[in-house]
Amino acid sequence: MSKEYRTLKTEIHLPYELAYGATWTRFFEGLKEKKIYGTRCPKCSRVLVPARSFCPRCFVDTDEWVEVKGEGTLVAWCYTNYRYFGMPTEPPFIGALIRLDGTDVNFLHLIGGFDIRDFDTAVKTVKNGMRLKAVWSDDRRGHIMDIRYFAPL
Amino acid sequence: MGRAVAIIGVGQTHHGRRMDVSYPDLVREAVVRVFEDTGLSPEDIDGVVSGTMPSMMEGIALTHFYFAEAMQAVGKPILKTETCGSTGVSIAHTAFYWVSSGLADIVLAVGHEKMNEGNSQATMTTVAEPFYQRYFISGAPGVFSMQSQMWTARYGISEEKIRDAAAFVSVTHHDDAFDNPYAHVKVKVSMDDVKNARVITYPIRLLDVCPNSDGACAVIFASEEAAKRIGRKAAWVKGVGYRGEEYFFGDSDKVVWESAIQAARQAYDQAGIKDPRKELDVAEVYNPFTYQEMLFYECFGFCDFGTSPDLVLKGTFTRRGELPCDPSGGVLCTNPIGATGLIRVAEAAMQVTGRAGDHQIPGAKLALAHAMGGVDQFNGIMILGSNL
Repeated sequence: MSKEYRTLKTEIHLPYELAYGATWTRFFEGLKEKKIYGTRCPKCSRVLVPARSFCPRCFVDTDEWVEVKGEGTLVAWCYTNYRYFGMPTEPPFIGALIRLDGTDVNFLHLIGGFDIRDFDTAVKTVKNGMRLKAVWSDDRRGHIMDIRYFAPL
Repeated sequence: MGRAVAIIGVGQTHHGRRMDVSYPDLVREAVVRVFEDTGLSPEDIDGVVSGTMPSMMEGIALTHFYFAEAMQAVGKPILKTETCGSTGVSIAHTAFYWVSSGLADIVLAVGHEKMNEGNSQATMTTVAEPFYQRYFISGAPGVFSMQSQMWTARYGISEEKIRDAAAFVSVTHHDDAFDNPYAHVKVKVSMDDVKNARVITYPIRLLDVCPNSDGACAVIFASEEAAKRIGRKAAWVKGVGYRGEEYFFGDSDKVVWESAIQAARQAYDQAGIKDPRKELDVAEVYNPFTYQEMLFYECFGFCDFGTSPDLVLKGTFTRRGELPCDPSGGVLCTNPIGATGLIRVAEAAMQVTGRAGDHQIPGAKLALAHAMGGVDQFNGIMILGSNL
């Protein structure tokens, strides 16, 4: 056994106020109205969701707004079975990349709407390529969790 | 390429849960060992490069100032390089660029982390975008699990095969760690232990994941003239590569993973490597997750996409295989993140200079060191060889 030495228990609490800017204010305000907005790049024509102020690849302003239907296809997923700082809900839950119809990037969110408490049952339901639809919260505050999850269609 | 650059010595702490030392004393342990290894003194050093994970890990900002004495950096130029998980390789690149440019002859690079002093999962969460993505990345494992799931689904790798291959990777690296005096986790695990371990973020299970480690690593880089003057067997930098991608997880493909592919290609081009599996003698691949290690084999051209699990199960990447990977036990058994990439570089240097002790790959002359950082965003490579 190694000798026990003293430790200092300390904490840092720092409040922040992060600016959304014009593009993300509009995107998050849209969630209150059950609308998912993307923007189209004038150069490469990709529809980016969530909406962006500029195309990350072409480096040009993207000011054409596109309303994206809250339906798409499952691209990747993982069953999270541990608690972590900032988690969106109590585990277990399923994080997922979803390709929303008419868009060109994958949207990161949750899938749900079926019994996921039992791991073996849950993994039998989830299949890459399955069709999904946004399920909205009744209490929408312009937050990414205004979409509760995407459920199988 | 600029001037030729050599690694002339390395020093590592005994990694693990190190609540027996303060953070500066932990850093000093590695720095003392690199001076012992090389026979150099602090006055021989022209400049110091330091790096770590975000300040939230230990709650102390700008630790290169905190460690000025421990790294013997007082009175010298000092640089800090920070690229999340790939920090250690980025520190090595910074030191390499500094010496290669001709503006320094001998540079000390130090990577360090004390993950057990804070909340590592929360710290890694702060790397992700705050308005939208942070909620869903599940610390670090969620992202890597989604990537792994996407990879196995795309190439139709069966559940049975991938679990066997992941378990094989875990068992062999846990065995390897017993021959590495500095490794953190030293436990014997069986295939069944790994396959039946608790799900953390499916498909990742407990024994597919690295530990939280405390540790530091120090490496001395020297110009050709300085290396020859000092006269020890050196590891020569043959190539470096680094690539980044978009910040958002979802904006780029993480299976045919361009940052990993292109970083390797850049380093191979510089080193003149055409067939990495044949030409490399050993690789220290950044492997905090078993599944991701196999994906890296494919991105680095060790084999075709979708085929690494088959080769893993044939033993191609074990210590007695065609291309031994992570004979140190790798990141899976030791992960003080800010030091981890530099440990890969140090281990590669030890291999090509014949100083890797009980986990030496006999006759190793050409080695690859790698690290990955961010939300699957960055990859860095350094190739080391025993000949100039």
